[in-house]
Amino acid sequence: MTVLEAREVVSGYGEVEILHGVSVRVEEGEIVTIIGPNGAGKSTLLKTVFGLLPCKRGKVLFGGEDVTGQSPQVMVRKGMCYVPQSDNVFPSLTVQENLEMGAFIRRDDYRPKIEEVLALFPDVLERRHTRAGKLSGGQRQMLALARALMLDPRILLLDEPSASLAPNMVDLVFTKILDINRSGVAIVMVEQNARESLKLSHRGYVLAMGQNRLEGSGESLLNNEEMGKAYLGG
Amino acid sequence: MVRPIAGAAQLVERARHFFSALPDTVIATAVWLFFAALVIWAITSEAQLLVIGIIVGSILALGAIGLTLIYGIMKFANFAHGDTMMLGAYVAFFILTGQVARTAREDAELPWSIGSLPGALDHIGKLTFGYGLIISTVVAAVVIALLLVALNRLVYRPLRQRGSSIVVFAVASLGLAMATRALMLIIWGPDPRVYVSGIHMADKYNLGFTTITLKADQIFMFAVAIVLTTLVYLLLFRTKLGKAMRAVTDNPDLARVSGIDTERVFTWTWVIGGALVAVAGVLLALQAQLNPNLGFVLLLPLFASTILGGIGSPQGALAGAMIVGISQEVSVGIDLSIGGTDILPLAPAYKFSVAVVIMIFMLLLRPQGLFGTKA
Amino acid sequence: MKADRLLTPLSFLAITAAVIIMPAERSGWNFDSVISFLTAFATTVAIFAVITLGLNVQWGYTGVFNFGIAGFFMVGAYTAAIFTKPPAESEFVRYIGGFGDSLAFLPFLDSGQWLPFVFGTAAAALMSGALAFALSIPTLRLRADYLAITTIGIAELLRAVVLEERGLVNSARGLIGIPRPFHDFFEPDDYKFVYFGIAVLVLIVVFVAAERGIRSPWGRVLRALREDELTTAASGKNVFAFKMQGFILGAMIMGIGGSIYAYERGSISPDTFTPFFATFIFWAMLMVGGSGNNKGAILGAYIVWGIWTISLQLQGYDMPEFLRSRIFFVRDMIIGSLIVIVLLLRPAGLLPEERKVSLFIGRDTGSRPREPTTEPEPTGEPPPGGR
Repeated sequence: MTVLEAREVVSGYGEVEILHGVSVRVEEGEIVTIIGPNGAGKSTLLKTVFGLLPCKRGKVLFGGEDVTGQSPQVMVRKGMCYVPQSDNVFPSLTVQENLEMGAFIRRDDYRPKIEEVLALFPDVLERRHTRAGKLSGGQRQMLALARALMLDPRILLLDEPSASLAPNMVDLVFTKILDINRSGVAIVMVEQNARESLKLSHRGYVLAMGQNRLEGSGESLLNNEEMGKAYLGG
Repeated sequence: MVRPIAGAAQLVERARHFFSALPDTVIATAVWLFFAALVIWAITSEAQLLVIGIIVGSILALGAIGLTLIYGIMKFANFAHGDTMMLGAYVAFFILTGQVARTAREDAELPWSIGSLPGALDHIGKLTFGYGLIISTVVAAVVIALLLVALNRLVYRPLRQRGSSIVVFAVASLGLAMATRALMLIIWGPDPRVYVSGIHMADKYNLGFTTITLKADQIFMFAVAIVLTTLVYLLLFRTKLGKAMRAVTDNPDLARVSGIDTERVFTWTWVIGGALVAVAGVLLALQAQLNPNLGFVLLLPLFASTILGGIGSPQGALAGAMIVGISQEVSVGIDLSIGGTDILPLAPAYKFSVAVVIMIFMLLLRPQGLFGTKA
Repeated sequence: MKADRLLTPLSFLAITAAVIIMPAERSGWNFDSVISFLTAFATTVAIFAVITLGLNVQWGYTGVFNFGIAGFFMVGAYTAAIFTKPPAESEFVRYIGGFGDSLAFLPFLDSGQWLPFVFGTAAAALMSGALAFALSIPTLRLRADYLAITTIGIAELLRAVVLEERGLVNSARGLIGIPRPFHDFFEPDDYKFVYFGIAVLVLIVVFVAAERGIRSPWGRVLRALREDELTTAASGKNVFAFKMQGFILGAMIMGIGGSIYAYERGSISPDTFTPFFATFIFWAMLMVGGSGNNKGAILGAYIVWGIWTISLQLQGYDMPEFLRSRIFFVRDMIIGSLIVIVLLLRPAGLLPEERKVSLFIGRDTGSRPREPTTEPEPTGEPPPGGR
């Protein structure tokens, strides 16, 4: 079943159009990676899907339901959670409080969920009463992921999860992403680190200049020659 | 012509870099030490100054707690804060006495007001006011809270939705400040008023090495300041709403992304801020007087307290207010000569300028304040 | 929208009509009195327009958020006064300076009538500029709202100094008997037209200088700076130096305005330079007229001062006592609310900035197209330090 679908989405900032009709699909339980050069519209796509940007034309379907243009607050309630690229934790709140914020709209007792999520990130667990601002970059990224998991989302939207992380942290983050996916959460992520992210993705999309360029399984994109030259780089 | 100017600017910039490179704790410690020195000096030479400083600090603290909440969460400098405090005081006055100005000399009075209730004006113990003022303050708090929520809906939210910068908000709040002051002048006239007329005796307390005079009202103000600071602190750190308020202060975008209804948080901020402002205003009027011009005058020390303590921190507001209050009173009361020239006391006209100087120093050396964290 | 475009000419006409008809009616349609009134009105508009132009240079062009206009205005006025008045004589009236007599040193052309005033205005500009210079070193790098609070504080501090230091400029009693340029050459009845001419002349000079300045290479850097500080800095321009220059220039203009205010009034005191009358009113003028537009600054001064004057005129009409005694407060309330209404309904003012987006229009009204090389985060909240 298709968890998330963006159909011919046109959007941008103000008068400027960045996406000229992009289509992307995520099936239940998949990891989908979106790659492409800077300015291609990858982050813009995530933000439009999540409702942070107005969708000028096209549709966004979540679990078959048309959710085009709904606000982030609505999306979150439906089971779509988003992790921004930067400024993705509350620095003056403790780890524990950050997670409580993630669970803000839960009506039930969120405490078991906090323990469950923290169990996935032991490094963060042992710092649960530390202010998030004092965590290292990698720990903060973990916390950001953890925060998004608090609502038992069906799908996670990740904007460049490996950005500005040291290489060993990058490995750790991707490992965690795999763990999260194994627990049943679909993942769509935008990444600069094309090679690493495609390795663990079921499928991938290549965007350039606001349009779809390539689509295929993670493996086939990795081996694709045209890609290798233009987009995979290092 | 530009080069010597640019050169001087560079020197100052280098000094600034030096100071901000110093671990923040050094500067914070320096401030606390300075403050401690001030307090000790005051106690040993003229304790009464310290007492007055603490009273002034209490009143500033009440205003600053509301201001720091609004500044931190709504993210703009609310220039209308002082005048809103005074408006709260006037509303309480109206509810208590039912009086408004009719002409320059005469008042019009409602046939009934809270003050008409039996015993409403009788003093509670040594305080100058009775339960009538307390009821009136509660009602005023509700009125002001509603007013601020309405203003948020009519003015600030549309500006937010347009993506306006802090400059727009600041100018708008300044316009509202002027309009509020004018409103108070229209309804109650320019002559100062008091809740309870007459001279009130202060009590003398013997502390062994010195005696201080203190009115019961003033002890009450200090107690209220401590209680309210504690309540706001508990709100922010122990309740869900409070944590959401802190989250919104940190990162409003992320709060929205997490599903928090930021507009609801803003509305609650104005409600709580409004109640705090009204109480602060009543106590200010109790200590000083009801005067439409007092609100704006207080704005500078209020901002100084807020910035000194760290925007968004209630305990910072209290600490900042105490430091500003005590510094102001000490600087105009204590004698200090260095090398034969009289440096202190400053003339009373410079009292609020002390707050300005403190504020500028903090902004240059440690803009996040004593209790704030570096952005 | 049709109605929208008519707003500017309509408001101008409404004010003009009121300002002519009201005094006319009250004086029984006496031509001389109306002309006399209008001249005084227009003179004040010209003086305030000069100050508003100064604010436009500081804010509209350089982007410095100055809430301490009163300080520069006051410094200019007082400097001009002590340069043109004779020295202090009695023990009840004490002030420094008093160069008026000694500056009339040219033996010909009756220099006492104009030379001290030239010096006075020049000194006013220099003193205000110096104040701006002194202020900019510690404060210019502050975030906009901190700068606003600081500048209010400094303006109030200066006012406290004036009030407290009795020997400086006669503290609360103020300075009276400030002479007027060319006064002795004309009949007292004719003088007001002469001064009007002088004020307009100063306004024209300042306007032309500001217009030239903003279209010069220097002005272009300023505008680029306001749009995008980072890029401008990256292209090697010393951002801080440019900001300082704009700030100082604006302050000097305010000082000039202060000087012609002092000559016209003949007496000044610290009460005049309150945050409401000497700072807020100029912001109201600039916002109503159009921030970032020199012509807007002048129009705004006309409209806001028009409202002010009309309210004064209303006092002459029959009205119940309770309204009459409050008319000034109602006026203050109108002007205070006017700014809020302008910001809500017409943030760019009556005359929007030419070819550029006003700082007061939000980002998502489709303002300027931006080529995104990175993808900026959209925010609905006012960002700290953002513009």
